[in-house]
Amino acid sequence: MSETIIKVKKTPPGPLEYLRRWPIQAWLVAVTVFLYAPLISLMVFSFNDSKRNVVWQGFTLKYYVKALTNDSLIMAFTNSMVIALFSTILSVIVGAMAAIVLWRFRFSGRTAFDAGLAIPIVVPEICMGVGMLVFFAKIFPWPQGLPWPLNLGAIIIAHISFSFPFVAVVVRARLASFNRELEEAAKDLGASEWRTLIDVLIPHIQPSLIAGGLLAFTLSLDDFVITFFTSGPDTVTFPVQIYSMVRFAVTPEINAASTILIVVTVLLTFLALKFQGSDALTAGHGTEKK
Amino acid sequence: MEQSWRQAKGMFAAMLSAPLVWLVFFFFVPLGIVWLYSFGQNEGLVDIAFTGTWANYAKALEPLYLGIFAKSLWIAALTTFLCVVIGFPVALAITFAPEKWKPWFLLLIMLPFWTNLLIRTYALIAVLRTEGYVNQTYHFLWNNASGFMTVIGLAPLGEFQPMELLYNNFAVILGLVYVHLPFMILPLYSTLDRLDRSLLEASLDLGAGHIRTLFSIVVPLAGAGIASGVLITFIPALGAYLTPDLLGGTDSQMIANVIESQFKRANNWPFGAALAFLLVYLTFIGIAIQGFLNNSAKKRGMG
Repeated sequence: MSETIIKVKKTPPGPLEYLRRWPIQAWLVAVTVFLYAPLISLMVFSFNDSKRNVVWQGFTLKYYVKALTNDSLIMAFTNSMVIALFSTILSVIVGAMAAIVLWRFRFSGRTAFDAGLAIPIVVPEICMGVGMLVFFAKIFPWPQGLPWPLNLGAIIIAHISFSFPFVAVVVRARLASFNRELEEAAKDLGASEWRTLIDVLIPHIQPSLIAGGLLAFTLSLDDFVITFFTSGPDTVTFPVQIYSMVRFAVTPEINAASTILIVVTVLLTFLALKFQGSDALTAGHGTEKK
Repeated sequence: MEQSWRQAKGMFAAMLSAPLVWLVFFFFVPLGIVWLYSFGQNEGLVDIAFTGTWANYAKALEPLYLGIFAKSLWIAALTTFLCVVIGFPVALAITFAPEKWKPWFLLLIMLPFWTNLLIRTYALIAVLRTEGYVNQTYHFLWNNASGFMTVIGLAPLGEFQPMELLYNNFAVILGLVYVHLPFMILPLYSTLDRLDRSLLEASLDLGAGHIRTLFSIVVPLAGAGIASGVLITFIPALGAYLTPDLLGGTDSQMIANVIESQFKRANNWPFGAALAFLLVYLTFIGIAIQGFLNNSAKKRGMG
């Protein structure tokens, strides 16, 4: 079908230049529209001056004002940010330690540890969610009524559990490019194991620590299912709050709040790109299993 | 070459302890408890006795729950299939795009993926609901068509009926495809990108068409990548909770929704635990099948 079209063109595309063939182009445009139309219409209609939010009635910021003065929404947003911040810091530390141990040392049980680290990545969220529910209900009850932000501890712990294996994956990918001779040179020159780690290895993996951190931050901010099982009435996160609002009704206020979060996510993605190039895009999502 | 742990015991112990303790205590212990619960039974209102019973698994085999499992598998399989069909041309186009455009195309695919799942699902609700944008466009077209019919002297189309796009299985599958498409495109792209292009060129030179080249050269060579894309899409789709919960109707429950209701409303933790672990087993079976396919593909490649 495409053959006939191509003959008409002045410079026919090369045999493998699929991007220059119109069926592929049309397909690409259709997929882009499919992926973006709902999100863009959500963002555009957050500025729409209409309660029912169906027809464009003119520009307004009143739903942003409404969202930003909604106390429970602000509380949920603050909770989410605090949880993401703590979860990111700890996930980066724990994840980097796991990556370095697996990369540096030979020990019995290494394969088991490696496989064990992969399990949180593959186990369905719902199973981990109920696990956390049972764990914090029966085994390790998080004290009730602690002052903020200590009452968020249970959620932070749950978030670290699913984030740090992703950080470990990102850091290991970076460690693969490390020249072990540098480490040996440092030791030959008299540096101790710890000195070598801090002055030679950490600087090398620094970009991956930042990229892994941004990944952990996004994962934490994005999580609904696991948080849903761990959060209590006074520890509501942003996605959980949006969930209860969405169940109730579709309102422009949710559009406004969602738009703010989308903008935050896009900024974080661009930051990740800046620090680790396009690798950061695919970090932790299967493609690194080359 | 890796160091033996004996050469730096202190550092080894310090570096291993935190991740190992965290993994065991905050991941394997919670899952282990759920596993134990799946062999227990409710005793009184809050206590659960570990009786070693298989009754929960037997209950999961009742036609009602077996039906939900079958339905979840079917929905996840259909979602995965649609993602392959939709994603493959996209991955192909990105692979053979000019080098400087590639990161931008990848960004285009990945940006929605980084957006909050709940927000993406909510955006779909806004598009699909009865007064949503799809139905509005349809209404507009309907009215114009109706007017056109009157103009050319035919009977108008009659009362406008909005399409029922939400709260049914169609919405669930659409939502799952929407959410999981990037999961599929990435592994497909990373495999296609490593393909030896001269093989494709040879095939085209020798007179095979693009479609034939695709099915007899590209697909067999990219088999492992397709399998990993299928797995990466199928597992989360099978365990999806939010999409069927928000977009589905009363008959669109998937396993995850049943697990949630057992743990929350029905308060039958042992049964919910058994269902959760059946889901975990299905996941592991999927991974094992993929590993097996991967290995046999490698062997074929060598032979």
